[in-house]
Amino acid sequence: MSGFDWMVPVILTVITAATPLVFAGIGELVTEKSGVLNLGVEGMMLVGAVSGFIAALVTGNYFLAVCAAAFAGAVMAFLFGVLTLSLMANQVATGLALTLFGVGLSALMGQEFVGEPVTALSKLNIAGLSDLPFIGPILFAQDALVYLSFAMVAIVSWFLYKTKAGLVLRAVGDSHDAAHSIGYPVIAIRYLAVMFGGAMSGIGGAYLSLAYTPMWAENMTAGRGWIALALIVFATWKPGLVLVGAYMFGGITILQLHAQAAGLNVPSQVLSMLPYLATILVLVLISKDESRIRKHAPACIGKIFHPAA
Amino acid sequence: MTRKQLSGLIGAIALAGGLLMGGTASAEDKVGFIYVGPIGDHGWTYRHELGRQAVQNEFGDKVKTTYVESVKESSSEPVIRQMAADGYKLIFTTSFGFMNPTLKVAKQFPDVKFEHATGYKRADNVSTYSSRFYEGRYVVGKIAGKMTKSNVIGYIGSFPIPEVVRGINAMTLAARSVNPDVTVKVAWVNTWYDPGKEGDAAKALIDQGADIILQHTDSPAPLQVAESRGVWAVGQASDMTKFAPKAQLTAIIDNWDGYYVARTKAVLDGSWKSEDTWGGLKSGMVELAPYNNAIPADVVALAEETRKGIEDGSVLPFTGPFNKQDGSVGAKDGEALDDGVLLGMNWYVEGVEGQLPK
Repeated sequence: MSGFDWMVPVILTVITAATPLVFAGIGELVTEKSGVLNLGVEGMMLVGAVSGFIAALVTGNYFLAVCAAAFAGAVMAFLFGVLTLSLMANQVATGLALTLFGVGLSALMGQEFVGEPVTALSKLNIAGLSDLPFIGPILFAQDALVYLSFAMVAIVSWFLYKTKAGLVLRAVGDSHDAAHSIGYPVIAIRYLAVMFGGAMSGIGGAYLSLAYTPMWAENMTAGRGWIALALIVFATWKPGLVLVGAYMFGGITILQLHAQAAGLNVPSQVLSMLPYLATILVLVLISKDESRIRKHAPACIGKIFHPAA
Repeated sequence: MTRKQLSGLIGAIALAGGLLMGGTASAEDKVGFIYVGPIGDHGWTYRHELGRQAVQNEFGDKVKTTYVESVKESSSEPVIRQMAADGYKLIFTTSFGFMNPTLKVAKQFPDVKFEHATGYKRADNVSTYSSRFYEGRYVVGKIAGKMTKSNVIGYIGSFPIPEVVRGINAMTLAARSVNPDVTVKVAWVNTWYDPGKEGDAAKALIDQGADIILQHTDSPAPLQVAESRGVWAVGQASDMTKFAPKAQLTAIIDNWDGYYVARTKAVLDGSWKSEDTWGGLKSGMVELAPYNNAIPADVVALAEETRKGIEDGSVLPFTGPFNKQDGSVGAKDGEALDDGVLLGMNWYVEGVEGQLPK
């Protein structure tokens, strides 16, 4: 292999490793921007993964499968909304419970489907372009969900910072009392944000069961929901940085596997914890500079909204 | 409700749910199984569950079998004690980490018999059992050495413990015995089960030139990768041919059925006594899945000859002469390493690349 050709397979693997993180991260970002902390990402991803898988197996239609995954994730998130927004339960405890519930529910739903393979989501080949050396296979021969993940980051970024609705959503997250007093429906907006987060987590899960490793196995997300949560802090609540962080977190894992296979002596355990170390480091850094947190972190995150107060 | 109470409650519900599955007390003898993972893991726990079903089928109405799945090793003691207190005659605890809890509970219930998988501590009412997976790896190594074209074999490792290292070494020795040019690349993933990461490791190994992928992790993801990349792979714990009909050369299968049935029978007829069992191909605890049709007949014959040799004792995988990775002598000509050395193996043989993580 000459020049940079050896990098192509590495980059292709990084893309598949990062895509589920992009979906789950960008969805949870919107949820958190509205002032709600949903720790149930892992659970929603698993339910999305199993729903998408079952739909793909039964209908054979991957568009329907992705829709089913998004719907299932949104239903899980709606449940979370009922408990935390309407019944005002503690968000942290409810989010943890949602993850535990999602692990069990997805296992139950998938019981009949363990050991069933499904064909992987096909790659789109853009005529002519996908044959280009180097950039062809990377930019023009991915599956539809990879492109969708990039599109979602752009859409969310545009929505939050360029539209009035996005401004309202951020206002609700920064000061729900102020938003309420000028007449915005705080609870309704948060329901929508939470359900969007659930839908994205569901698609992130479906990427695992349909494209990454096309099968269903219990607990197949193996902690990616938690990495997505760490990712948002790492990105200091900025959509663009969620994308960068997802590729960095994905890239670290892949590079260390390549380094090992190449016979380099890298301590794989240290590299396995790098994403979390990086997150802690960012937390420390942004805590030192208050203005940075104020600028992007939603001020009301995790706080219960009492309309009467 | 605090977090601690919450998880405690969930644990209690899970425990109650698991124990209820077997029904309430009856005149039948009760046999219990404690699993570390979900029965739907395709691998380790799934094979133990098949063993439980074999016991149930064999004895029908005479025994009642029950299992509790996904029991954390750190919180297994109350689960084991609950079973013992409920009048179970025989309890199988099927993960290494259940060792100390099993012994502790066994001391309090001297009339209950315990069977602990892969451990090394025994008591009057605690037996241990494990299987010589490395015998299967040795047979697979012969096939791999003959089938590789790039002379690079990729191996996905979970944790650098003797059981895993033993498998890597057995496979390497066998492959190099038929093809001295073979080198083995190892990628450690630091998990028993993460389909995404296992698949990524397979991709990395293939990108580095490997054309055969072996694994000591539990998901079929590496086989799927091998299938899509057009290289060979070997299934782990269960026959994974469904995931890689073209790529799977064979699979190394755990089979606990015979052992579980025999031990249950021993309890029923009163002949049970504490012992240590380390079974392999001969006792049927390790099996190989049907060979891929694409393997040439002479290679199949070689594999079968090796398998029969191991079964009748004429082939011992760790027989010298061979060197360790650092060039020192692993075993002298004609010397076969004893079980003590095998159980503590923490070095690579010659032909494995990279440094063994410590």
